[in-house]
Amino acid sequence: MVSKPIQYVGGELNAVTKDWQDVTVHWALMYPDAYEVGAPNQGVQILYEVLNERSDALAERTYAVWPDLEALMRQHRVPQFTVDAHRALGDFDLIGMSFSTELGYTNMLTALDLAQFPVLSADRNDEHPIVVAGGHAAFNPEPIADFIDVAVLGDGEQAVGLITDIVGAWITAGKPGGRSQVLKDLARTGMLYVPSLYSVEYLPDGRIHRVTPVDADVPWRVSKHTVMDLDQWPYPKAPLVPLAETVHERMSVEIFRGCTRGCRFCQAGMITRPVRERSITGIADMIDNGLQRTGYEEVGLLSLSSADHSEIADLARNLADRYQGTETSLSLPSTRVDAFNVDLANELSRNGRRSGLTFAPEGGSERMRKVINKQVTEDDLIRTVTTAYAAGWRQVKLYFMCGLPTETDDDVLQIAQLAREVIRHGRQVTGRRDIRCTVSIGGFIPKPHTPFQWAAQLDHATTDSRLHKLRDAIRADREYGKAIGLRYHDGKPGIVEGLLSRGDRRVGPVILEAWRQGARFDGWSEHFSYDRWMTAAASALDGTGVDVDWFTIRERQQAEVLPWSHLDSGLDADWLWEDWQDALSEQGVDDCRWSPCFDCGVCDQMGTEIQVGPTGVVDLPMPSIAPSPVLAGGT
Amino acid sequence: MSRQAPVRDVVPAVQKLRIHYAKRGRLRFSSHRDFQRALERALRRCQIPMAYSQGFSPHPKISFANAVPTGVASEAEYVEIQVTALCDPVKVAQALNDSLPEGLDVVEVVEAHTADFIDRLQASLWRVELPDVSADQAASAISALLAADEVQVTRKTKNGLRTFDARGAIVSLESDSGDLGAEWTMSGSGCAILKAVTRHVTPSVRPDDLLSALRIVADLEPPTPPRVTRLAQGPLNLESASVDDPFVDDRAV
Repeated sequence: MVSKPIQYVGGELNAVTKDWQDVTVHWALMYPDAYEVGAPNQGVQILYEVLNERSDALAERTYAVWPDLEALMRQHRVPQFTVDAHRALGDFDLIGMSFSTELGYTNMLTALDLAQFPVLSADRNDEHPIVVAGGHAAFNPEPIADFIDVAVLGDGEQAVGLITDIVGAWITAGKPGGRSQVLKDLARTGMLYVPSLYSVEYLPDGRIHRVTPVDADVPWRVSKHTVMDLDQWPYPKAPLVPLAETVHERMSVEIFRGCTRGCRFCQAGMITRPVRERSITGIADMIDNGLQRTGYEEVGLLSLSSADHSEIADLARNLADRYQGTETSLSLPSTRVDAFNVDLANELSRNGRRSGLTFAPEGGSERMRKVINKQVTEDDLIRTVTTAYAAGWRQVKLYFMCGLPTETDDDVLQIAQLAREVIRHGRQVTGRRDIRCTVSIGGFIPKPHTPFQWAAQLDHATTDSRLHKLRDAIRADREYGKAIGLRYHDGKPGIVEGLLSRGDRRVGPVILEAWRQGARFDGWSEHFSYDRWMTAAASALDGTGVDVDWFTIRERQQAEVLPWSHLDSGLDADWLWEDWQDALSEQGVDDCRWSPCFDCGVCDQMGTEIQVGPTGVVDLPMPSIAPSPVLAGGT
Repeated sequence: MSRQAPVRDVVPAVQKLRIHYAKRGRLRFSSHRDFQRALERALRRCQIPMAYSQGFSPHPKISFANAVPTGVASEAEYVEIQVTALCDPVKVAQALNDSLPEGLDVVEVVEAHTADFIDRLQASLWRVELPDVSADQAASAISALLAADEVQVTRKTKNGLRTFDARGAIVSLESDSGDLGAEWTMSGSGCAILKAVTRHVTPSVRPDDLLSALRIVADLEPPTPPRVTRLAQGPLNLESASVDDPFVDDRAV
């Protein structure tokens, strides 16, 4: 038997299986990673519900199968199937792929191949489903342009509706003009990117010359989607509750979308602007309703920086009151470094454990934090963690990055100094020696649509050597070193991610070759092979004049046409460049929620606006809890 | 701040309820841990007033007994819960049944009036469907197995490979032929259906151990994966070589 067979059988609480014949448009939604990672994904759950609420459409789900099942499926000619009704992927009209990370690309190829249709979109015909890519990685879909038919930038709730309308009308009319016609219909909206309708020309030095639509009625630029008024979109209303164990065993509520803190490395913060808050009453309703429908014990308040919600203090107090004395616990992914965040965490853990708190200073030195626009001083950090230790928290986790632009060994070594100060103050304020600080370090990867999109990525050898120096510095600290934990990965996987993040269409053949050589589950260290990717890149890029270094560790100039220049995230290219220059001169930029607009361009370009409270609601009505229906006596 | 568990109002348990449930269809692939989580969530959705343990991480008082292996269906699984307010077992059964996913089905809930429930689960009745195996093949393999005094089988457990006797736990074993339909069999032909009563011993002898024993004594290799169901669990009736209903004593009160 395959390992954990439950992940392939569906039947989750709140899953929906509609009759195939009753609808016109059939979607298969795929999160291209293992079920345990993909099933809790909010994006897929939202689209699953939004689509299934339509009378003319249905959506089922599928996830990447582990190699043990893949081998059996190949042996018995079983196609990639959905977990809901166990239908073959080839039966569907549309396949929606959600890419949170580029490391899912090879899993997409496995699924398309197992589905028994061509992995190259050019080889597919009218009988095959249309493959749509979404998620953050779709903001530069050029590396997978050969495999997908359509890419969606931005929020999916309304985008899937637009696609369903167009494809549904085409199906109802008897598919006039075939596949090429419907793709053109989709592209003409200017809101859906069809890579095959754009041609890319290169300069002799390997840079892109230009990207042009192949037809007169195909727009030059494609815009992202932005959902306004989150209270109108309270999804998921009935979150899926898997039987299998997954990475997030909780009920998650997105309390706002977007972030304008302006951290220059953060693609999520740049591409999801502006900030749109869900109201305090909308959040409370979603939690009440979701807990009743799931039976989860834990609620997570999600967003890119949850402590920034304009009504977070009232929300935390109300929720803590509401669930006091119950086994329901509340959690806030804490990243903001300030004492207020500790107060919030204290409030939310009123009746629970105080095990660990997480903060993300991201840069080890004061100078580095100015470069990345993380406006946190060492004093802020020490004050924050001291407050946390004093309030009974025993463990503090600190997130940093290595390989940031302009970084030197010294910037990274200052992480050791910072951690040492954290422990020293913690011991002082608590009078105890059992407090701990875990330092977690991720390698920085420059991402499209950020001010660092022009930056050179740090090569893996230098990354590794810096991290080893840091490790040695912590080990050498006799007084505090044992209280400091260090977690990091080597720099090689980051180079592959960097290649996929900022690659262009010439990277497609690299992905195909790596997959043919066995690349699967590239986000899992036990499956990932750097050498396999480099071998694939060497052969697939042979003769192009460019190589992995060219895509990763090369700094770009302002005039260069980037692979995603024709894809509009709303950010003004000049503003991004100025912000990049400000980074190099260590200049900060404020958050537009609390300071005047600094013209990043998004709201003007997209016709959107900041939507934040406070709404004026301070106290939430307590939900009336009906007596348990199972008690003895009564009726 | 010290490492003491937070002080809570501990509400004592006033009632024990025994739940008989089935694991059917595709949910036979849920593991025991999967079921545990699903049950805990269903109990919360149904507002069943669960008693909780004390300590740093209180958990609901639930005792599980003899879970079937992952992949095996069951008509006879049992679990006991403790509640802090008197509940109507019939309403609990209905509420849980409405709340659990289809395939995890509550058959009956009784209030516990007896002790040592686990000790009453002495034996299981299994049904093992062997597609593409003829009734004759199965019958001769069974004769060979029953004729042996002892058959050592090896199974991977969480503590590594273990070898033990599978014959001793077998109270009865017989075969019949049946038709599972073309969907389940490769040849579209019939299949052999085994019925076995096994004693609960340590280490437990499971249906896959029976199949290993049949392979060892008679080279019986089913070409298609077998489909196994536990039909009953309870006190062993040696006279009739059958398994009795474990709730009889609780219902009698």
